[in-house]
Amino acid sequence: MSIDKRVPSLEDAVRGIADGAVVAISGFGEAGNPTELVHALIEQGAKDLTVVNNNAGTGRMGLAKLLAAGRVRKVICSFPRSAKSVVFQELYKDGKIELEVVPQGTLAERLRAGGAGIGGFYTPTAAGTPLAEGKETRIIDGRDHVLEFPIRADVALIKADKADPFGNLTYRKAARNFAPAMAMAATLTIVQAREVVGLGDIDPEHVVTPSIFVDRIVEVSQPISEAAALLQQVSR
Amino acid sequence: MTAPLNRDQMAWRVAQDIPGGSYVNLGIGMPEMVSNHLPEDRQIIFHCENGILGMGPVAAMGEEDFDLVTAGKKPVTAIAGAAFFDSADSFAMIRGGHLDIAVLGAFQVSAGGDLANWSTGLAGSTPAVGGAMDLAQGARAVFVITEHTTKDGAPKIIPECSYPLTAAGVVTSVFTDLAVIDIGKNGPVVREMVAGLSFDDLQARTGATLTLSPTCKVLKAPALKATQRHPI
Repeated sequence: MSIDKRVPSLEDAVRGIADGAVVAISGFGEAGNPTELVHALIEQGAKDLTVVNNNAGTGRMGLAKLLAAGRVRKVICSFPRSAKSVVFQELYKDGKIELEVVPQGTLAERLRAGGAGIGGFYTPTAAGTPLAEGKETRIIDGRDHVLEFPIRADVALIKADKADPFGNLTYRKAARNFAPAMAMAATLTIVQAREVVGLGDIDPEHVVTPSIFVDRIVEVSQPISEAAALLQQVSR
Repeated sequence: MTAPLNRDQMAWRVAQDIPGGSYVNLGIGMPEMVSNHLPEDRQIIFHCENGILGMGPVAAMGEEDFDLVTAGKKPVTAIAGAAFFDSADSFAMIRGGHLDIAVLGAFQVSAGGDLANWSTGLAGSTPAVGGAMDLAQGARAVFVITEHTTKDGAPKIIPECSYPLTAAGVVTSVFTDLAVIDIGKNGPVVREMVAGLSFDDLQARTGATLTLSPTCKVLKAPALKATQRHPI
């Protein structure tokens, strides 16, 4: 039997995501957001989710729409505050959503550790700050370090540029951001790719996320640009 | 007294202290303006924590590529020789001591070089840290660019920060609209001051006790127009 991780539709891609799941969603601001997969997750109906993302949604689509639909219990992120992050702000002020703020590098490394089977790590980041309160600290090479634990996700929703049927992935420019670490850290990694190419069409030297970290692939050839939508709003 | 520097002049002054060949991260806001004022004979490679080495100028209107944005989510360009990488590698560069300079904004800087720039700690505000703590802790040198006092005239360079810390004992130098101040082992040392300002005047606007460098110079910058901002 040949390996082929392609699924025919977005609906098939998000099938089986359970209530209460930890869902890691790639993207930084509006770059690399798997908007179509997130919208499919809204249709799919899973609730009581914990979302891991660098931000907490901007505008009204994608992650912001998932939050507005009341499906998210908790957000783990580095930067939930921006002028256009209106949905999260409202939910947070009303006490309707839980927030865990993590320094961006610690967030990336916790995901990487989760995917790499590391039980925790000491980082100098956040030492001596409120974000280290209650955490174990240790002096290493004369500097204070904070013990941080890995993040494992049940599901990762990833936007890639190219994918082959095995699930080897490439990304575009700064849209890569958290996707490789999240793909590693999740039990079920679901990818929307702009283009699905044949086996061998991605030079093995150029594969960024190797197929072992990927479970399902759906082609979304013309993804929504959340940033372009926001820019239209600004210039109106 | 001579007028204080405007924001572009402050950014220009920071740029003069960045050696050619440096790898530099510019924080969101006023630090981003530093890239507009680099001496033309110096090559500097800008790092964006969202995965770019070799960030170029801001993208022209109508030519934005929204897969290529800064940490502040602004569309930019990449120079020839740029590299893209994922967030874990990006922060390995930062925390691992590979970044020569981070230029950051500040709410407060303490006499000992503590930096507070991520939270006022006020009840009701949403906490948001982004990459600030990693950058402050990881870069080999931390340059702070900030007005010397708050809009209400309260000093921002003070004995101890009252706001929650971003990182302790990390600030190398502070570039304000009035002075350039290095954080030395025994506290802040004034390296440059705008003309017409006495040391006592500067001290009166500063919470921490200052020392005047014996080689203190006049802080000067060329007349500069305000730079344009991208609407997103």
